[in-house]
Formats: sequence, C-alpha cells, structure tokens
Amino acid sequence: MKREKFDLLESTCVPLPLADIDTDQIIPARFLSATSRDGFGKNLFRDWRYDKKGNEIKDFVLNRAEYGGAILVASSNFGCGSSREHAVWAIADYGFRVVISDSFADIFRNNALNNGLLPVQIPSEMLSELTAKIIANPDLIVKIDLERQLISADENGISVPFAINTFRKQCLLNGLDNIDYLINMRSRIIEYENSRGGPG
Amino acid sequence: MLFQGSTMEPLTLFDKIWDAHVVKSVEDGPDVLYIDRHYIHEVTSPQAFESLRQRGTDVFRPERTTAVADHNIPTTDQHLPIRDSVSRAQVETLEENCRTYGIEHFGIGHSGNGIVHVTGPELGYTLPGMTIVCGDSHTSTHGAFGAIAFGIGTSEVEMVLATQCLLQVKPARMRITVNGSLRKGVTSKDLILYIISNISTSGAAGYFVEFAGEAIKGLSMEARMTICNMSIEMGARGGLIEPDEITFDYLSRITSFNSNPEAAKLTEKRLSLRTDPGAVFDRELEFDASSVPPMITYGTNPGMGMPIDGIIPDHEQSGTDNAGSFNKALEYMGFSPGMKLLGLPVDYVFLGSCTNGRIEDLRAFTAMVKGKRKAENVTALIVPGSQQVAREAEKEGLTEVLREAGFAMRQPGCSSCLAMNDDKIPPGKYAVSTSNRNFEGRQGPGARTILAGPLAAAAAAVTGRITDPRDLTTVYDL
Ligand code: SF4
Repeated sequence: MKREKFDLLESTCVPLPLADIDTDQIIPARFLSATSRDGFGKNLFRDWRYDKKGNEIKDFVLNRAEYGGAILVASSNFGCGSSREHAVWAIADYGFRVVISDSFADIFRNNALNNGLLPVQIPSEMLSELTAKIIANPDLIVKIDLERQLISADENGISVPFAINTFRKQCLLNGLDNIDYLINMRSRIIEYENSRGGPG
Repeated sequence: MLFQGSTMEPLTLFDKIWDAHVVKSVEDGPDVLYIDRHYIHEVTSPQAFESLRQRGTDVFRPERTTAVADHNIPTTDQHLPIRDSVSRAQVETLEENCRTYGIEHFGIGHSGNGIVHVTGPELGYTLPGMTIVCGDSHTSTHGAFGAIAFGIGTSEVEMVLATQCLLQVKPARMRITVNGSLRKGVTSKDLILYIISNISTSGAAGYFVEFAGEAIKGLSMEARMTICNMSIEMGARGGLIEPDEITFDYLSRITSFNSNPEAAKLTEKRLSLRTDPGAVFDRELEFDASSVPPMITYGTNPGMGMPIDGIIPDHEQSGTDNAGSFNKALEYMGFSPGMKLLGLPVDYVFLGSCTNGRIEDLRAFTAMVKGKRKAENVTALIVPGSQQVAREAEKEGLTEVLREAGFAMRQPGCSSCLAMNDDKIPPGKYAVSTSNRNFEGRQGPGARTILAGPLAAAAAAVTGRITDPRDLTTVYDL
C-alpha cells in the first residue's frame, strides 16, 4: 500500500514537557473498542484535555490558542506502557506529523515509524532549549529535514542533527510500506522455514 | 542446527535465539525476524485483519497464531451476550476473523479462554527457544520459559499475519543478576517492583534483559512469569530466563507438551539454551534478594515504588529529573512527600491480571485471608487469569476458602487491569492492585492505583488498610 511521503516539514510546535507520558494518557483504554483506525484524534490526551463533564480544561496545552502545529515536543520516555498503536493513530489523526523528545519507548517508536509519524530524538539539553524557546515564542517555526536528518529553527540559530536508520528513512522518504516489503520476501521466508525442516 | 553450541565465541541466550531466527539482515536497518508463535486478542487485531483484507493478502501461517478474547470481556455472566455493543462487536470481529482465516480461537467462556499471557503457557504453546509476539506489551511474560517474547503494535500484527516475520532492530543485551534469596513474606512481584524502583520506568529502554542468579533460579515458573511480565515496566523490550529443571518440570505437566513432537527435540537441545560462560552483555546489574521488602507504589508509574512501610520521597530523593511530572503524579494520587502509606484506608482490592492472576497468586492470597473476613470498606475483585486457573482454584478448595472469607470469584479476563469492561475503580478511590500499571486513569478515570504483590493485596483486603503482610500472619511461607 502507498503511504504519504515525508521529506520536509515546517511548523510551529506544541510543547508538552512531562516525562514518562504513557499510552494510557495518549489514548485511554475505554476508547480502544473501535475496529477501525480512524477518529482517535478527538480523544487524544482525553483526560488531560477534558474534565469529567466533557468541558475543555483551559490550561492544557492542546486547548491553548497560542500553541498549534504539526510538531509535538514532548519529554523523556515518551509513549511508554501499552503497545496500543491507537496512541500513534490518535496523535497522527489529531494532526501531528512529528514528535520530538530525548527518548521514546521502544514499541511506540516502531509503531510511529510504521504509520509515517516521525519520532525525532535529540539530546536532553537541546530538547530543554527547544522547549524553552517554544514557550517563549509560540510562533517559532521549526523545520524538520528528514533527508538531511536535521532540525532547525533559523532565527534562533538552533540546528540539531538526529539519527534514524537508513532503511526506515528510505521507507518514509519514498512512502514505502514495509509490510509490502516483507510480503515480497515470502519465497525467502519459505527457504528459511525449509532450512529449519519445514513451516511446522 | 538451530542453535549454536558453545565451541565458538561465547554467546548470550538472547543472541542464540535471535540469530537463529534471522531470515535476513537489512543493512543499517532492522533484521527480518521469523516468529514461531503469535498470540492475538480482540483489541489490537481488528485493524490488522482489515488492512490485510484491503491488501488482498491471506494469512501466511495460520497455524502459528492463536487467539483469545480477554481485554474487554465482562467478568460476570459470561454465558450471556456482552451488553456493551462496541465491545461485543470487537469480540465478534475476532471470532469472525479467526473463522475466515483458519486461526485457532479460544473465545469467551471456552475452557481454554483467559488472559493471553496466562493461557499461552498453559496450553503448551509457549516453549523455550522460541520467538513469540503479541499485540500487547506484556508479551514479555513468555520470556520466563527462555523465549524471546515481546509486544508489538497493530501494523506489526499485520506483518506477522502476512509473512510470519517482523522487521526488528536487535536490542542491546542487559543482564540483571539477583543473588541470595527472597525473605519470607516477599514475593516475586515485590522483587520486580524493587528492581524497577531502582532503575526507573525507562531504565532498561533499548535492552532485552536476561534475569539470572540464585534468587531467580529459585523461583517457580509462575513467579518467573511475574518477573518477565513486568520487564516492560522498566522500558525493556523484553525479559528472559534460562530454561532449567523447573522449566521442563512445568512443561512436562502440560498434556499437549508430551504429545508434541517438538518436545523431544527441545529436551535434547536444552543444554544449548544457555548463556555461555564469558558471554558479554552491554550492561550488567546486580541486586541482593535478601534486601527486598514487600513493596508498594505511591505514584503513577511502576518506577515510583517504595517499601510498604516506607516514606514517600520528594522528587530529588526519588532521583527523578522532571519535578513537574513527579509532583503531578503525587497530586493525582492525593499524596505528598514525607507521607507514610501504611495504615491508609483503601476502597478496592484487585487480585488478577497477567502479572498476578495465576494459581500461585490465588494460593498466596487465599492463605493470607483464610479464617479472616473481608474488610467492610473494601470492594474486592478476585479475577482468575484463565478458566484453567479458575478450575484449579475450585479443585484445590481455594474458591471455597475465599467464599467463607467474604470474597466472590469473578470469571477470567483482564478486568480491572485496564478497565475496558465494567470493572472500573471510581474516581478518587484507592485500589491496591496486583496488576502492573498504576498510570493515571488506568483502572478507570480518576482511579488511584497502588501496585502490590498478592500478599499485600490480601492484607489490605482483610484490614481495609495498607498493611504489611509480615505483620498479619505467619502463613506467608509459601
Ligand atoms: S491483564 Fe492487563 S496487562 Fe495483562 S494483557 Fe490484560 S490488560 Fe494487558
């Protein structure tokens, strides 16, 4: 299947500098009963975003008019906890295309990459600096250049490289679907099975 | 030869299993890893099947996938149709998908039904040396048998359905050696909460952890599963333990194991399922089991744990960098630094989940409450991990003892562990839970979860307060 290509993104950011944000916060379990991938964005961070009556909690960052954009700037160990891919679907469905942090939970990172949501990992000091700059100036435009593996915010002189493995990068840049990649390898997989004495 | 012997460079058990399952290495990318056993459940699989259909692809090896409904099923009246229409649709979708693709399915009420990580080992599907995945982070549980087992997302569930393979970057290796032995009244749950409170909820991120040492070797299979189950709570990709006498003993008691042709082969190659002496780990940690007390958590991640009679630290004492997150957690829990939790009245007690819903946990809980009464102020949810656990509890007379003490046994399922069904803890209420996550709202919006082992849960259930199980009885020599 074809996926959206990712190369360059320029956007303002939404800062959420809390550590260990788990997938139960990103999308609470009671919203997981759907059997499709769509519509999870409206419940993103549900219990931080709305009170029990369903009213917006004014000071939560997603409800604040000054912040917006396609980049979520989080903090360490983002996406820990459950393996629910619904967390990634919720973030992407809400409109984010990138999450920046100094560390991600392993399953979350894989899930993000499998859905074209780019997890960008930068050193802690740079993350703190970036977060502070965004809070000081919510209109700050941050540029994510996947090809060159670089985050920059020119007028502030921020320019930080980030790592991503070549295979994942190529998949994202070309909108390739890695399930197709594996399906095309089936004969190779059968060879492997035979080398172990058959598929059983 | 599936696994390399020890004549070559010394290897870790993790490396041996992983390397034997690599179909292809992608340069500067993930490995194509073959998966021996795939478990699925109703919540994280429907979108995978849907996408498979859109692709027009079949399920490559349906005999390697096993399904159970567990996450959102009710724990009462399981013979009736599920009342919640959305949950019912999800459970029915699983059943239908399994029928369409020829996948074995243990639905609600089936004698083989239960929480996926409890039933897999019971059914004899989880075996040493395997690669095992499931769209659920606690798949790490199966590592207790000396397998590489880890949680995956729904896109990856689809990958496995379509090709029996996954694209995975090989994690780094960590070994956690636990010396000595656990003191009386201290369970494997306390040990793992202790380890996580020491290294934090992200302390093992990027690693696959081997648990080793005298204390681990001394644990039963059930207790080992509790340890590996919670390895994900320290951020690890998974945890595993070398298979030994105890492992093969456990397996030999499973009917299907002895009739399985793999069993003979496995018994033959068991000596190669070891970490070679001198094998190198990327990180090594050591703990002393005799210094582990009964533990509880006071915050909103499993790393925020302390001795049951301890004092809540402030953020600096706790070693947390992010003061904002730490204080937010305490505020949510209604606690403050310097507070003692011993004696705190509690509203709910939950015994169950893939962490502590096995027969041994029920035995421990029952031994503790035997001859006592459930406290008036406590609502107790006693949820066996599987139908088999429920049958065993009945047979051993545990159900009867519990009934006499005022506890009713529910039907199996994930239940209050993630509260997708009706087993929710009301806002603001305190629950002592034997599950694995104390995240905000995990057991229901506003619920306040205190994680503990089955003995501490039992002590709370009969006293109505946080109580050190060692103060209550001498029965805990289990
Ligand atoms: S019992 Fe809890 S942790 Fe275990 S599989 Fe069910 S929801 Fe997940």
